[in-house]
Amino acid sequence: MYKLILPKRYLLRRKITYLAILAVALCVFIVVVVMTVMNGLVEGFRDKNHDFVGDCIISTDSLVGFPYYQELLSRLETEQYILAISPVAHSYGLLSRPGSDQNLGIEIMGVDPIRHSQVTGFGDFLHYHKNDPVAAFTPRYATDRMGCVVGIDKMWWQRDRAGVYTHSPTPPQMELILSTFPLTAKGALARADLDAVLTESFLYSDDSHSGLVKVDGNMIYIPLEKAQVLFGMDGDTPRISAIHIRFTSGTNLTAGTNKVRDVWGAFVTDHQNRTYADLLDHVRVESWIVNRRGAIAPMEKEQTMLIFLFLMLGVITVFIIFVVFYMIISYKSKDIGILKSVGASSADVVEIFLRFAAFVGLLGAVLGAGIGCAFLVRINDLEGWLFTNFNWQLWDRSVYAIGEIPNTIEWEVIGLIIAFAVLACQIGAVIPTIQAARRRPVEILRVNQV
Amino acid sequence: MSQILVSKRMFKSYRMGQSRLDVLKGIDFAMKPGEFVAIIGASGSGKSTFLHILGALDKPDSGEVYFENQRLDRFRGGQLNHFRNKMVGFVFQFYHLLDELNVLENAVLPAMAATGTFGWIKQKKAVTQRAKELLERMGLTQRLRHKPYQLSGGERQRVAIVRALINQPTLLLADEPTGNLDSETGRGILMALEELNRDGQTIVMVTHDERIATRAHRIVRLVDGIIVENG
Ligand SMILES: Nc1ncnc2c1ncn2[C@@H]1O[C@H](COP(=O)(O)OP(=O)(O)OP(=O)(O)O)[C@@H](O)[C@H]1O
Ligand SMILES: [Mg+2]
Repeated sequence: MYKLILPKRYLLRRKITYLAILAVALCVFIVVVVMTVMNGLVEGFRDKNHDFVGDCIISTDSLVGFPYYQELLSRLETEQYILAISPVAHSYGLLSRPGSDQNLGIEIMGVDPIRHSQVTGFGDFLHYHKNDPVAAFTPRYATDRMGCVVGIDKMWWQRDRAGVYTHSPTPPQMELILSTFPLTAKGALARADLDAVLTESFLYSDDSHSGLVKVDGNMIYIPLEKAQVLFGMDGDTPRISAIHIRFTSGTNLTAGTNKVRDVWGAFVTDHQNRTYADLLDHVRVESWIVNRRGAIAPMEKEQTMLIFLFLMLGVITVFIIFVVFYMIISYKSKDIGILKSVGASSADVVEIFLRFAAFVGLLGAVLGAGIGCAFLVRINDLEGWLFTNFNWQLWDRSVYAIGEIPNTIEWEVIGLIIAFAVLACQIGAVIPTIQAARRRPVEILRVNQV
Repeated sequence: MSQILVSKRMFKSYRMGQSRLDVLKGIDFAMKPGEFVAIIGASGSGKSTFLHILGALDKPDSGEVYFENQRLDRFRGGQLNHFRNKMVGFVFQFYHLLDELNVLENAVLPAMAATGTFGWIKQKKAVTQRAKELLERMGLTQRLRHKPYQLSGGERQRVAIVRALINQPTLLLADEPTGNLDSETGRGILMALEELNRDGQTIVMVTHDERIATRAHRIVRLVDGIIVENG
């Protein structure tokens, strides 16, 4: 019974235990907030990359592309685990406006808007045609003309400092001129005799907001067939740059990708004696994670580094808790001597102080996690308030693609942090307790009687 | 089995860096069940050290200590805890009460330590009753809910005596149980101890008051680490 009474009394009667609880709460608070925000950033970034690519991608970096894709598409269409596929032509070009000699280097992606939005988040990224991609390339103000979809950060004038993109109710009327350098299947300039350049005029029909800075700042989408013409991928052996693939739900990413790789392997074998078969050599089959690794990896590295830093903070936390308990228990070592002198076992004594530490740890951790969650729920309001009242914000929304501070609370993570905090308290308590409990009662009591 | 407690050639010294302080230099001592022995000696002569070893709160450097023919100095673990809890009641010279517990809780602590929560719930009534009776005899009826810091030195000493007696130990070891009491209260305590002794309680009491010592059956005088008078 005293094993319950004593921990409770220690908890309630000593001011230093309130400080210990506060110390634990503070540490847990910081870890909860930073972990949640950092996790949210990385998760959000991964999701955006996933939405941009789809589940799996067959692609080549060559600007020439690869041929015989119609055959490949029909093979892929028969696969059970594939939900949708979207062929894409990708290359580079120059963007200019009528009446201006300034031109900008850009990426151009030719897509079938319906197929592409079945595989990727393309339909979601649109503004005027949100989830209505059929007419993505049809400008509202001139339905008979060819339209294009522009990466939203190319429309630089649209964004204010708070990160809000302002759209007029109707799309702005604007002509954009794309110039490209079509290549032959052999990789030579197709129009070497005709000053090499192919120019085509498009009307702005919509913009695309994928959340990926590079994509939103560089990409212009046009219809697939048009892109093939502009890149020289049309003609007798039409070519494309990539096929984006979405798996049926429940398909394992690696397993699905491996199956696609098998389909591709068979396709290559069947075409190895055809002309231009060498173009099939440099095509890769990858999951979205591998494909976007170059973008995701630095972010994940940052997270790993941050986790490492927080581990160090965790070590300090454990140490602080350890010191607090060491002091409390050293101060209470007289009690350990007394308990042992009346016949309590070392295990009993350890149990008492572990209970005490568990009380302190649990109270502190739950308090810290509670405040952390409350803070996270209001973190964006808080930042908004700081911005409107003091013109202060964490980062400039017109520069960074992240609009909101991520604050999705993950209960497993919170639970884990609480468990670790309680564990730290136990470790902090158990060492001085065992040290004291192993000594002879008089050794402890003599020190404490003066 | 005629002796309850025996020590043979018991040595105890303290190491202080290079030098060594020999406190007990070969103590031969024996007592029968039901005896009431007083140990006297100058301050620093090793009385407390001797009593601690008899209570298994400390170990001798060499020599043998027997309790009911068992080697007390070789007790360990559960055996040791059982001895400290059930066989011996120890009254410290400096009381050593738990600050967080009140008088009644301090008094019943050894009984609580002897059993788990459920065992305690079963015994609680009887043990509390016994504690209250003992505390009444010590004149502490009005103080049951007080914390140690609210008590005088003498009052703390009396709580410590009740705590030592709560498990009805075979052996009561008391280190100057009347040291902080006025002669009136001291005599009251002494009478209580004599009464216990008449009922068969074996008692070893340390004191440096010769008059108090004469109330015991036998006086043992410690001088310079050995027993010089035994009778
Ligand atoms: N842990 C220790 N380290 C060093 N010396 C010690 C230690 N414990 C006791 N001593 C010494 O041992 C001697 C005996 O101490 P002890 O407490 O047994 O004396 P005592 O006879 O009970 O004295 P008093 O009547 O003042 O209580 C003292 O000189 C003390 O300084
Ligand atoms: Mg003493």
